[in-house]
Amino acid sequence: MESIVASHLYKSFDKGRIPALLDVSLSVEQGELFGLIGPDGAGKTTLFRILATLLLADQGEAKVDGLDVKQAYKAIRHRVGYMPGRFSLYQDLSVEENLDFFAKVFGTTIQENYYLVKDIYQQLEPFKTRKAGKLSGGMKQKLALCCALIHKPSVLFLDEPTTGVDPVSRKEFWEMLQKLKQEGISILVSTPYMDEASLCDRVALMQKGKILDIDTPSHIIDKFPKKLWAVSATNMYQLLMDLRAFSATAACYSFGESHHLTLKNDASDAASLQQYLTEKKHKDLKINTIKPTIEDCFMAML
Amino acid sequence: MRLFIAFIFKEFKHILRDQRTLFILFGMPIVQIILFGFALTNEVKDSKIVILDQAHDAFSQRLIQRLDASQYFDIERVLYQSDAIHEVFKTGKIKLAVVFPPRFQHELLHTNQASVQLIADASDPNTASTVTMYASAILKDFQDELIAQTPLPYSIKPEIRMLYNPQLKGAYNFVPGVMAMILLLISAMMTSIAIVREKELGTMEVLLVSPVPPLMVIVTKAIPYIFLSLINVTTILLLSVFLLDVPIQGSIVLLIAESLLFILAALALGLFISTITNSQQVAMLASLMVLMLPTLIFSGFMFPIENMPKPMQIISNFIPSKWYFFIVRDVMIKGLGFKSIWKESLILVAMTCVYVGIAWRNYKIRLE
Repeated sequence: MESIVASHLYKSFDKGRIPALLDVSLSVEQGELFGLIGPDGAGKTTLFRILATLLLADQGEAKVDGLDVKQAYKAIRHRVGYMPGRFSLYQDLSVEENLDFFAKVFGTTIQENYYLVKDIYQQLEPFKTRKAGKLSGGMKQKLALCCALIHKPSVLFLDEPTTGVDPVSRKEFWEMLQKLKQEGISILVSTPYMDEASLCDRVALMQKGKILDIDTPSHIIDKFPKKLWAVSATNMYQLLMDLRAFSATAACYSFGESHHLTLKNDASDAASLQQYLTEKKHKDLKINTIKPTIEDCFMAML
Repeated sequence: MRLFIAFIFKEFKHILRDQRTLFILFGMPIVQIILFGFALTNEVKDSKIVILDQAHDAFSQRLIQRLDASQYFDIERVLYQSDAIHEVFKTGKIKLAVVFPPRFQHELLHTNQASVQLIADASDPNTASTVTMYASAILKDFQDELIAQTPLPYSIKPEIRMLYNPQLKGAYNFVPGVMAMILLLISAMMTSIAIVREKELGTMEVLLVSPVPPLMVIVTKAIPYIFLSLINVTTILLLSVFLLDVPIQGSIVLLIAESLLFILAALALGLFISTITNSQQVAMLASLMVLMLPTLIFSGFMFPIENMPKPMQIISNFIPSKWYFFIVRDVMIKGLGFKSIWKESLILVAMTCVYVGIAWRNYKIRLE
């Protein structure tokens, strides 16, 4: 069964001057962890808001749990959990008061669905009397997730839950999402971090309001059309300049400790690359083929 | 109901934890009453006056004694030449000059009619009107006594002249004004800010995606402010009765009930403001521009409405605080009953309905 269906959604702001979504379609299965991957301004938040009944699309239809987001918005609001990109809890209420309040908002109690939030809430328990505004970034997001989960929603919308969160908390956060999936909760999560994409069942790559591709992370990587080379040397900047000047280079960009490079013709150009760089007298030159990441795939699609 | 209570508790927590704002909310009426109150009462008691006695007869002497005996006046000098008066006023210390015309007693006894000129320094219109009122009352007392002794229609006419500000009309009272201002400020401004704060912090976004009816969010926002406002009404009334000796002439129940009505009108106005603004700053500015300034200018609290040009008088009819100001003045100061204020009350009810209606229409169930 499909938990979320969006078909041909269009949305623009400022009387059509700023397009935010252009023909966006996707579907999320029940119990699926679906990632929306894309840079800032790709339209992720707009899509979230349309699905969470907060905005109306200019064109197209969307259904959550089989209910239309326009007509049945009240019913949808009973059964989804929504965590906006910005921290949106009461900063002057304590951790416990926030959770208790949101439990009451959804007509439930902390005890009733405690098993769902237990793992997360246990980490927050030592700080339960602390004001939410005084928590660290990671703690805030965990509390927000607790509050979005406390009524056992069937669909969970998480808009950039890990932005601005330290790497350890990010890892923990994703482990929690994996557990929630086991409960049969469908999760739509957006992130600007490409490394988190591989943790999703399926991902949609978004850019400038359009969906570039939807597939499982491994399929997206498999679809990478060429061999990918990682090249490094002592003088990385000069190396980048030289690689970009190389006549057989298809694309080259800086990627952490090495430059990622694709060639116009994998078979014939590999040997000449080695020769070309040796001639340029780069020290500590290393050239290896590597497995592409989601980010490489994303770059290749632009 | 459980949800309703949870929301109310949450609102009280927001308010009580913001101690600086709370301090201002409760401190403001006290400070304002004391400031306005003492600026007024201190000057009216023991006001320095001068007497120009051109009559020099028994009646003028008796009146001078009475003026001197009054706690409101303190005779600085008795003059005998009229041209000295202007010089005396220029020092700024003298609030009032009482001028007895030549042959004062003679006129009164033979024509049954005499006048006493009261010249006040109206550069401070508030004090000027108060001191002339007190002096007129003393003249009236004297006249009544004469009538009681002999059944002749003696009449002492006070001829009032306001120096420096001849247009001054009627005394206003600041207590109704302060009440209107404080209630409007707390009910309308604080409520609109509280609602807009939820929008600004993004919590409204979360509450929208929940089963909570939007009306609940808003109504529960307003309720704590009704309490706060009622506390402030009580504070102001207590201060004005016990500190400023402004007694409540009319029914206290009626006064509180009318205040509640005005609070509701102000809350509705705050609600309306919150539906058309998206940031706390804008809400505050809108409240100040739309509520505070018109309250000061158009309620008759600072400037008499009768003196305003016609278009301004028409505008003043749309200011809720004007009607509340009239109600409080009539009930509290004049001691009138509901019969004389039902029109004003009805106008406030109508205004509340209109604001709620507009707010209802403007209320967004989505973000846009």
